[in-house]
Amino acid sequence: MTEILSPVSAPAPQKPWRHRRRDWRQAAIMTSMSLFGAWLIVVTTGLAGVLGAYVAFAIVFPIVAFLASLPYGQKTGQDRMATAVICLAFSTAFIPWVSILFTVMNKGRHAFYSGFLTTDMLVNSADDPLNVGGISHAIVGTLILISIASLIAIPLGVIAAIYIVEVKGRFAGYVRFFTQAMSGVPSIVAGLFIYTTIVVVVFNRFNALAGGLALAILMLPTVARTSEEVLKLVPDDLRAASYAMGASQFSTVFRIVLPTIRSGLITASILGVARVAGETAPLLLTSQYFVKFTTNITSGPIAALPTYIFANLGVGSANSVTRAWGGSAVLLSIVFILFILARLLGGRNIGSKR
Amino acid sequence: MSTPEQREIIIRRGRADTIFRGVIASGAMLSLVVLALIAGFLLFRGLEVFKDFGFSFLTGTQWDAGSGDASAPAHFGIAAMLIGSIVTAVIALIVAVPFAIAVSLFLEYYAPQFIRKPLTAILDLVAAIPSVIYGIWGYAILMPKAAGWAKSLNSWFDWIWIFKVPAPIFDRSPFIAGLLLALMVLPITTSVAREVYSQAPRDQIDAAYGLGGTKWGGIRTVVMPFGRSGLVGGAMLGLGRALGETIAVYLVLNLVFKVNFQILASAGGNVASLIATRFGEATPYELKALMAAGLVLFLVTLAVNAAATYIVSRSRTSA
Repeated sequence: MTEILSPVSAPAPQKPWRHRRRDWRQAAIMTSMSLFGAWLIVVTTGLAGVLGAYVAFAIVFPIVAFLASLPYGQKTGQDRMATAVICLAFSTAFIPWVSILFTVMNKGRHAFYSGFLTTDMLVNSADDPLNVGGISHAIVGTLILISIASLIAIPLGVIAAIYIVEVKGRFAGYVRFFTQAMSGVPSIVAGLFIYTTIVVVVFNRFNALAGGLALAILMLPTVARTSEEVLKLVPDDLRAASYAMGASQFSTVFRIVLPTIRSGLITASILGVARVAGETAPLLLTSQYFVKFTTNITSGPIAALPTYIFANLGVGSANSVTRAWGGSAVLLSIVFILFILARLLGGRNIGSKR
Repeated sequence: MSTPEQREIIIRRGRADTIFRGVIASGAMLSLVVLALIAGFLLFRGLEVFKDFGFSFLTGTQWDAGSGDASAPAHFGIAAMLIGSIVTAVIALIVAVPFAIAVSLFLEYYAPQFIRKPLTAILDLVAAIPSVIYGIWGYAILMPKAAGWAKSLNSWFDWIWIFKVPAPIFDRSPFIAGLLLALMVLPITTSVAREVYSQAPRDQIDAAYGLGGTKWGGIRTVVMPFGRSGLVGGAMLGLGRALGETIAVYLVLNLVFKVNFQILASAGGNVASLIATRFGEATPYELKALMAAGLVLFLVTLAVNAAATYIVSRSRTSA
């Protein structure tokens, strides 16, 4: 007969970091005190509305947090106050972005009707009622401009990255530095440059090709930088194995390295596209704005979503401004979708074993 | 036994590789060439204006295309615009840098583990919001609010000179443009700051805990000093962004050709917006002046960005 072991009285696991009831009570008291203080400020000073109340709360809460934890020592008080300030600053920083998203979608909603995405503005003025006219010309224009820019900037960006990481040429440091410096070229300067060269000298008129070139200048640094980052992730073993098989550097790069980081390169390209899809200033100087649906890239101005928004905002009437918000909603959606695509593709582990 | 001598490594490249390396190298040089071309062409087009006005192009504040004959000669000086650009950019940094520090510290040291990645992704996402959308939002939503804030600032701090206004109009001021720019540069400054803060030596932070320090104590004594140079670099990248921003500023700033440091007044300057404003109806001569202004803007932002890139890369390698 087996003897049943008497259960050993093991100590119950303690979790000293877990919030106990006392902590919650303290937090509740602190919050209500801060709310009261904020209310006092709102009542007695010029701060008003939801935003004013929030600001008042943000001022009062860290002070209350500091005072409430003083009994545990000054250091603890400072720590609590810093935590409160940092968390509040973080949430404050996100208010405007939430506001942008909400405003664009909310106001843009009114511009939508069944034909908004499929008609252009040739026969309507911006002022017309919102059930005629649309943004097909701007969407197609943006696609054309982005395609031209991508065709130029993506290969060049990847080449710059290959030079820095694979070829490791004598000027790799300089190329890296100047590609980075190029990301700081103001967009209007890129537009001005293309205007003086391509628009004035070559074509003598505004056109989509010039717009695409201006965007390519702005796109190149993003593509180069991101490609460089993913190229660095390729394990050296792969290259060594390839060389050991007697492969040249040329075939190593094109048959081993680049296919390995295919998804990373796609991410780099999409990030570049997202970077320039909303550029306005260079387009005003190179491809201008045109109300008609067109696919001709060399003879005459072409519309794009940013310039559509800008032009309609410039008209200034209620309907045209609503059109501008509608264009903004479409543009923002496109940029966000591209960005999420880039994330999803780039999220896969680059160069890892399948 | 003697150690074998190290063998000399000789690399013999085939013809394909030589061509490949040549093509890649020349393609990579293109960014340098484009930068040189931009500077060269803008200088070439703007040379006449530089010659005509000399140093007063940088120090003058008047911008007048004239009537084309001797009775009303043209005057071009970008001092007011250049100083205006710097004023709005500095306001943007004063607002953005504390927030960038707080947001990056939050993401690295305070946020619960499971929301760090999504929040970082969201931060990258908002960095991609087009400037024209910042502009339309700034014009429709931010400006009415910020004008009210400016009014309160003015009524409380009237005794500080920069908060004085000549007339009680608070719309389209450098203050509002600066706030909008702050929002636009926050993502880039934050991402640089976050990167350097994340590289702070873990053992030193743990040592601070071990000595009985608080979390804030560790951040104040280890993380912040460690990340200082990276933060400066990130702020300068933001400065470069803010100086070159066109459309958003154009929509919320009233361009006035007079040097103005009263940031709440409805009068500011901005080189990039000047180009966008005047470009449409410029005379050929004024166009040359705009090219010259573009060159100045280009050189200023290039210098700021080069310095920022240098500082950031140095803070990375020292880590």
